[in-house]
Amino acid sequence: MKRRSFLRNSLGAGLAAGAFMSFGGYKNAFAGKPLPSGTDYDLIAVMGGEPAAMFDMGIQALGGMGTFVKKGQKVLVKPNIGWDVVPEKGGNTNPALVKRIIEHCYRAGAKEVLVFDNTCDNWIKCYKNSGIEQAVRDAGAKMVPSNSESYYQEVTIPNGKKLTKVKVHELVLSSDVFINVPILKHHSSALMTGALKNMMGVVWDRSYWHRNHLNQCIADYALFSKKPNLNVMDAYNVMMRNGPRGVSVADLSNMKSLMLSTDWVAIDAAGAKLMGREPSSIEHIKLAAGMGIGKMDLAAMNIHRMKM
Amino acid sequence: MKSSALKHIRTVFASLVLLLFVFLFVDFRGVLGDKAFGPILHLQFVPSFLKFVIAGVAASTGFIIVLVLTLLTGRTYCSFLCPLGILQDVISRAGGLVKRRFRKYGYKKPYTILRYFILVITAALLAIGGVYVLTILDPYSTFGRLMTCFVQPVVLLINNLFAGILGKFGIYSVYHVDIKPYELAAYIVPAAFLLLIGLLAFRYGRLYCNSVCPVGTLLGLLSRVSLFRIRFDEDKCTRCGRCAMVCKSSCIDFLNKSVDLSRCVNCFNCVDACRGNSMSYGLVRLKRQQKDSDEPDSSRRGFIAGSLALLAGGSQLLKAQDTTPSPAKESTVREDRLYPVSPPGSSGIEMFTSRCTACTLCVNACPTNVLQPSTSQYGFAGIMQPRMDFHSGFCNYDCTRCSEVCPTGAIMPLMPEAKKLTQIGKAVFIKENCIVNTEKTACGACSEHCPTKACHMVPFEGSLLIPEIRDEICIGCGACEYACPTRPFRAVFVDGNPIHEAASRPETEELKEVPTEFPF
Repeated sequence: MKRRSFLRNSLGAGLAAGAFMSFGGYKNAFAGKPLPSGTDYDLIAVMGGEPAAMFDMGIQALGGMGTFVKKGQKVLVKPNIGWDVVPEKGGNTNPALVKRIIEHCYRAGAKEVLVFDNTCDNWIKCYKNSGIEQAVRDAGAKMVPSNSESYYQEVTIPNGKKLTKVKVHELVLSSDVFINVPILKHHSSALMTGALKNMMGVVWDRSYWHRNHLNQCIADYALFSKKPNLNVMDAYNVMMRNGPRGVSVADLSNMKSLMLSTDWVAIDAAGAKLMGREPSSIEHIKLAAGMGIGKMDLAAMNIHRMKM
Repeated sequence: MKSSALKHIRTVFASLVLLLFVFLFVDFRGVLGDKAFGPILHLQFVPSFLKFVIAGVAASTGFIIVLVLTLLTGRTYCSFLCPLGILQDVISRAGGLVKRRFRKYGYKKPYTILRYFILVITAALLAIGGVYVLTILDPYSTFGRLMTCFVQPVVLLINNLFAGILGKFGIYSVYHVDIKPYELAAYIVPAAFLLLIGLLAFRYGRLYCNSVCPVGTLLGLLSRVSLFRIRFDEDKCTRCGRCAMVCKSSCIDFLNKSVDLSRCVNCFNCVDACRGNSMSYGLVRLKRQQKDSDEPDSSRRGFIAGSLALLAGGSQLLKAQDTTPSPAKESTVREDRLYPVSPPGSSGIEMFTSRCTACTLCVNACPTNVLQPSTSQYGFAGIMQPRMDFHSGFCNYDCTRCSEVCPTGAIMPLMPEAKKLTQIGKAVFIKENCIVNTEKTACGACSEHCPTKACHMVPFEGSLLIPEIRDEICIGCGACEYACPTRPFRAVFVDGNPIHEAASRPETEELKEVPTEFPF
């Protein structure tokens, strides 16, 4: 049932999106038009469509979800569900995008897909009102609680300057594939929140980070061995001010964009630029790039830009 | 009617009521919707009375129904509807099972002076606008505190046990909930009552209800003249005493073949136990009524009159005492609150403390744990009345659950849009404590959580940003204080508004043009 409805959906989206769209899965991507494999690109940037359709297009350019998810694997999808706000407010990752990512995972043969976020507002309200709980359920995946320290395990960060030990959610450790799905937003603390900052939702004690050089901690965490295999940045409605929670929909800029990358510094650098800021002006991006975690020089990147 | 079915009906009905009320207080997952609380709590005497009289809610007629019910049928309320009464029945039943000789039933004289003294004090204090004694003695609220402090943690413990096991199998429908204890002093009153009521019930059945409980005493005044009542059929009675031996209220004087109707709680145990069909429950008989009206108890009447006179004068003295804690003057880096913060919908501290009976239902219903039983924050008289504790949580911007569940009108219903503009306190920034100032590193956790951006970031040294508070749009939700990472004292805290104020709406302006090309 799930698969059939997915195929139906993606067929519709495929017709709309044109020849780029897949309706046969990643195998066709290799069999059909020769497309460069994901590693050739530093960044995939899509603009002009709805989040789910843009993802279809973007993941295709990376060779399909099969590049990342193998048959029988356990996949963790980590959106930003930080706030008890409705999807229209742009405070959380777009639920339709989360749903489509999960569908791609299952189609690539994932055994199970799990979703969680250590929220800022009450987690039950966040899960529900963000629309993500419903989207996850509709896609046949599972929402996992994040509200108790008992779900977190301590790990060490090798070479961390400020962050050397941290308690991370057990799913980060137990999953085979980790897909990071931040939403691009203004952030009062870190100036911008994207892929790197989204990791504050997989740890238990965020206030330690705030107390101990926040931006260094964000960069330090990126040294942890269990990194996202893929980052998908939702830049459909971008909160330009009053972030990360937002005060009203007037704070949003309807950029209708989506980016994908295996380099989370690169995707954050592109996000910063999209918000009208130089990547180097965002301290944690600069620190992470300086530590060799990823690239932030957009001019030197192989970027695949797509318009819908 | 002398069917023993009466007792069974009572047992079944009361069990259901007890289960419902236990669930009400341990429903940590919020299964019951906001609207379910009103009807369930409607008939609780004290909350309904306070909501009608003090909060002025005309629809709160539950206590009138109870009064009429008592006039018609006697103290049915105590055995069928009062959760604390039913709980005591369970405890005394356990006492009987453990060892029958523990139970000291059988006829005893009432503690007349004690019970009327408590009733008069309670009534008099209420008349001058305080709920001090009621806070402690309201049976529903006492029951609530017992559930909140002692039963809910056990329920959570069991839940967490299951969550742990099921989690191993990837089943997350039962999730772990951290058990967060309240301040230690908050357990004093509930623990004392658990001990007192538990021991009394274990040995003496309904002694508490007939000696201490002001609701029991008040209803007892009416049940003396109730239409339906427990009756002796003198011709059939053999003075076997079975009725007295099962009477939890110790109110059957079988030797004189009389029942103290002021103490009888309509449990119908006697009707069930009577072998000679001489005990029954039914319409009052004229003959008995004359016999019931025993000679006037002059000492009792004198006592009541005297107490009232005393309190009329004494009340003025009590009234002079301010219920709100006096403001402290000094301003240091310690987060010194001048006023505690009362929940949105309570209008202010004095309004709140004069209406709340500290049943702690809101403490359980609050999804963020920001509502905590107070210890000394509202003053001694306000012990256990919930306060907003921003170290335990912060008030969810869109949530109005406490105002939906409050049965006494201490927290009045508030529309979500009105709540978002209700300023219960104002954030105060202590720059000396702030990470940005002391460590010269970015933080902004406070501003991050602020739903109105009353707490916003302004340029500081170099490229650093530091918080600044805009009072007029702050609603006092405490998100900033909760999120602030500094210890032991926070760099931002919410000081309560003694009287809640209206916050301004945060301003919004349109954004510039939207990019249509990638800027990279």
